[in-house]
Amino acid sequence: MFGFNFFKSKDKTRKTPCPEDLGILVFENTSEVIQAENLLKSRGWAVKVMGPPPGIQSGCDLVIQFPLIEHLVLMRQLTEAGIPPLEMVPVTDPLLKPVDLFHTKDFGAYLMVRAANMKLTIEKETKIIVNISGGGCPDVPYLARKMVGNHLDQAPRPGKIGHTLCGYALELAYEEINRQCSQ
Amino acid sequence: MLAIVGTVPDESFPLVQGPICLKGDHTLVIDGIQVPVNRGTPALAGAVLRAGEVLGLDLPQGILVGDIGRGHGSRRLYDHLTQTLPEMGLSTLVFHYLQPDVDWHNKVLFAVDAMAERPRLIADAGFMYAAKMSGQALSYDLFTPDVGELSFLADETAPHPFYTRGFILHQNNQVPDLIARACAHKNGARHLLVKGRCDYVVRDGKILARVDQPAAEAMEAVGGTGDTLTGLAAALMETGRSIPEAGRIAALANRLAGALASPDPASQVVDIINQIPAALTRAIEIQEPSI
Repeated sequence: MFGFNFFKSKDKTRKTPCPEDLGILVFENTSEVIQAENLLKSRGWAVKVMGPPPGIQSGCDLVIQFPLIEHLVLMRQLTEAGIPPLEMVPVTDPLLKPVDLFHTKDFGAYLMVRAANMKLTIEKETKIIVNISGGGCPDVPYLARKMVGNHLDQAPRPGKIGHTLCGYALELAYEEINRQCSQ
Repeated sequence: MLAIVGTVPDESFPLVQGPICLKGDHTLVIDGIQVPVNRGTPALAGAVLRAGEVLGLDLPQGILVGDIGRGHGSRRLYDHLTQTLPEMGLSTLVFHYLQPDVDWHNKVLFAVDAMAERPRLIADAGFMYAAKMSGQALSYDLFTPDVGELSFLADETAPHPFYTRGFILHQNNQVPDLIARACAHKNGARHLLVKGRCDYVVRDGKILARVDQPAAEAMEAVGGTGDTLTGLAAALMETGRSIPEAGRIAALANRLAGALASPDPASQVVDIINQIPAALTRAIEIQEPSI
């Protein structure tokens, strides 16, 4: 009931469009967003999961940002895959700009990245995961047990061992903290 | 007697029932099996036990099973509850990290109805989702949602958290509205203890108390502090206090325990749990108008 499958993506990226060339795809539920993200990324589309803009009242907690010029092709591919979005909205107004899912807090010796409701904290010097907090999904205690105390490079990926929306959010936090550490 | 129903994040952990006690500062023991006090139901149980030292409570009964989020253990535990609950004598019953399953939830609630005396019912995490999804939230005395979970309770059209706006993107500035909506549509228990930057104590949709101090910044990083708050509320309810009073003292004690632990972002929830006796003693001493 609570789970969904994570699909591996090839993550080929195409040219990044200017902000004014972007659109968002709104879905009924977050499971469909994750399925659509995996499908589109596996086909090489430069899409990004974000939070819904304040101007959009329909849909769930996540939207997909995409290059607007490709909207006909994307809509066709998603419809053929059985995951048509509720609506497609061009980002033409500040109130339609999707929200970044990430928030970073620098505690000095420690760095915390929050992705939606899940927070992952590492010790900067060692890159050891020292805490995972947030979320009440059934797999959260398991994710914390498996990841805390491990080096970022050696910890199991929450996208592989998690089963819920919280696990998905934690995977996003994991990817973002890795990105920040590699800069 | 207070009973704690929940899961241990270890698939090999068997289904066990019996008194839970602490061994040292970091370990629980149930049915001869040792469990580290970490986030999830073990953190809730650790908080109950530390609070019990101050409140003079008997050891709680644990009904635990291993589950890593796939639901296999939860379903075995649900089956066990339907068979054993009717014969049990309990005053407070806490349901915690369990796989939400509406059919099993309803069977468990039937088993509660068959008990000679109905205990006060508390639901948190996965079991609370199932209670809302079943449409029987008002059968419960207390829900302890965080702000995201409150958004799900408040969304009368959402059959599942996947459909809820705000479940993972918390709407901290809308908590009073979410409380009102959850209660208006009978998707909240009679009492709510909403956990967040500010904790809210609610009865029948009315906010009776707000607790937002002390606030240790590093607590945001520490996993399991919501579990300890639910455990504290359960222990205080077990003493016979009113649910709003138990919720208010629990919220204050949880924050004081965090402050007393002088946490940094690497602190673990067990560091906070071990401060509960001192924190709870202080929280009880702080006189507030009765609620």
